[in-house]
Amino acid sequence: MPSEALVKISDLNFAYDSRPILTGINLEIPRGKLVAIMGTSGCGKTTLLRLIGGQLMASSGKVEVDGQNVGALGRSDLFKLRRRMGMLFQFGALFTDLSVYDNVAFPLRENTDLSEDLIHDLVLMKLHAVGLRGAHGLMPNELSGGMSRRVALARAIALDPMLMMYDEPFAGLDPISLAITGELIRKLNDALGASSIMVTHDVPESLKIVDYVYFMAAGKIVASGTPDDIRNSSDPFVRQFVWGEPDGPVPFHYPAPTYADEMLGARHA
Amino acid sequence: MLDAILGSFARLGFRVTSRIQRLGNASRFLLATLLGSGTAWRRFSLIVRELYYSGVLSLIIILVSGLFVGMVLGLQGYDTLQRYGSSSALGVLVALSLVRELGPVVAALLFASRAGSAITAEIGLMRATEQLSAMEMMAVDPVARVVAPRFWAGVISMPLLAALFSAIGIFGGYLIGVVLIGVDEGSFWSQMQAAVDFRLDIVNGFIKSFVFGVIVSWIAVFEGFHAAPSAEGVSAATTRTVVTSALAILAADFILTAFMFTGA
Amino acid sequence: MKRTTLDLWVGFFVAIGLAALVFLALKVGNLTESSHGPSYTLQASFGNIGGLKVRAPVKSAGVVVGRVASIRFDPQNYVAVVTMDMDARYQFPVDTFATINTSGLLGEQYIGLEVGGDTEMLKPGAMIKKTQDAVVLEKLISQFMYNKASDAPSK
Repeated sequence: MPSEALVKISDLNFAYDSRPILTGINLEIPRGKLVAIMGTSGCGKTTLLRLIGGQLMASSGKVEVDGQNVGALGRSDLFKLRRRMGMLFQFGALFTDLSVYDNVAFPLRENTDLSEDLIHDLVLMKLHAVGLRGAHGLMPNELSGGMSRRVALARAIALDPMLMMYDEPFAGLDPISLAITGELIRKLNDALGASSIMVTHDVPESLKIVDYVYFMAAGKIVASGTPDDIRNSSDPFVRQFVWGEPDGPVPFHYPAPTYADEMLGARHA
Repeated sequence: MLDAILGSFARLGFRVTSRIQRLGNASRFLLATLLGSGTAWRRFSLIVRELYYSGVLSLIIILVSGLFVGMVLGLQGYDTLQRYGSSSALGVLVALSLVRELGPVVAALLFASRAGSAITAEIGLMRATEQLSAMEMMAVDPVARVVAPRFWAGVISMPLLAALFSAIGIFGGYLIGVVLIGVDEGSFWSQMQAAVDFRLDIVNGFIKSFVFGVIVSWIAVFEGFHAAPSAEGVSAATTRTVVTSALAILAADFILTAFMFTGA
Repeated sequence: MKRTTLDLWVGFFVAIGLAALVFLALKVGNLTESSHGPSYTLQASFGNIGGLKVRAPVKSAGVVVGRVASIRFDPQNYVAVVTMDMDARYQFPVDTFATINTSGLLGEQYIGLEVGGDTEMLKPGAMIKKTQDAVVLEKLISQFMYNKASDAPSK
């Protein structure tokens, strides 16, 4: 019986070479909802995505996608699950030796037995959804940053996934591309009936489109809520993050001896 | 003082064990590549494409180098042989040097520098730009799709390139010895045919080039796949491919020669 | 790079690569000569085989008619027994003389067969009765010195 949540993470811990990256993570992604995971750089957000996709194995705890324990899946079952997921990497990760058309056709050709005619129609449909149908003959090195990310998005939705994952989709985009991307992410989520997880630190764009937000700091979840909850939150970390204050729970200064000691201490030695 | 000595021992030990660990990792990777090769051979166009980039594009450097090496052998060989009145044995000298040693070894070294480093850079760049991760997330095994075709293209190309090197080298020796210097054409070829044995020399040379092909392709795909995902990582991996390949080729050459050419 | 052009170039590459291999095998090596056709064995024993090696040629009238297959020491008679793989096309009479010759002055050693006039042919596995040992350079020199020494007093 399918549970309410598409993705359920319970008591997840992950360490890399005995360095803890994620500690005691508990979160749920309900079906059909768009959820943002926000936090400072290096807090473990991307690692979380890789754990959900099965590219990394948890040290302890469970990651369940559509009721299946990702960590316990065998290779072919994991591959079957991945066909129902779509992932948008930070800078697109398009295959540089293939054209735009071939890039979007790739998951279709590799994972289905559809005829080239059918694939042709599907590819153009997906490119049309992201507004780049006319660009199907171009090569990735002829695309701008925003355009290559849109092509990567078309490729990620090629198999109509039930779960979409976005790794920093807004990083480095101009205002127009930002608006386009935000709108696409929301529209696709609703059109596909999928759930989406967005890892980002772009607060204004995200709060406009998401249904729920999780905040992470130093590998732990420190706050969560709907966009309204977040905007009205009194949690000091959330306030510092949302209102962009330079100093607060996340300190400005990197840990160091006191200023006086460092500057004057040399002369006393 | 004692700490410093113990420290340097510990570092040495670590370097040795980490090298051995890397070798173990590389062996597992080779196994994974071989197991994933079914896809590569079923979709032969993938291998054909890589054959073009590794084999065809290496032709120029192999042929030109082979020609020059053969010509140098002709010059040097004549200079030494004519002192003992044996200049008619020039064909033998050129052919045996090339077929037994220079053909397989030099062609392998050139292949590692040109094609091996290109393979490492290509795969390393795919790693750095997350293309390999993207492939994994699309339920396509990157080892089967990206690594295996390049590996097999290298293994197939190497013996062909070594044979081409030897063949054009012999022609170069002929050009210098017979056409330029005037060694007797008949004895050049007939003594060569008498002295070069198919089983002992040519087949062994072929086996050598096949082994070198496996070694170079293995190192190239391994270093590329495990490159650190950054610009420095890719460049370091490319350098490692060329250096490690060169050392491995020469070491393997010694071992193979010891097995093949002792006794009889 | 169009697919068809790519295929063309790869085909060309493989073709010339194979051609080079064939060239080496036929023109450079002696593939055609090392016939693995039908053969029979003959044996011969020598007091001294000198530098004869396995796979050395067996020649008659200067043409290669076989190869030395193995060399072993006979502890009963203290001689070397050489087994030869002979080309089945050629039969030799029972009074054939087997000698160990050197090609050139310092070249490799081979077995030379000189035929007699007998009508009966050697059977497979037979032993050649008449043999001549290899010429050992040291013996030749000491013989020469001995002759020289025995010449001197009579003068």
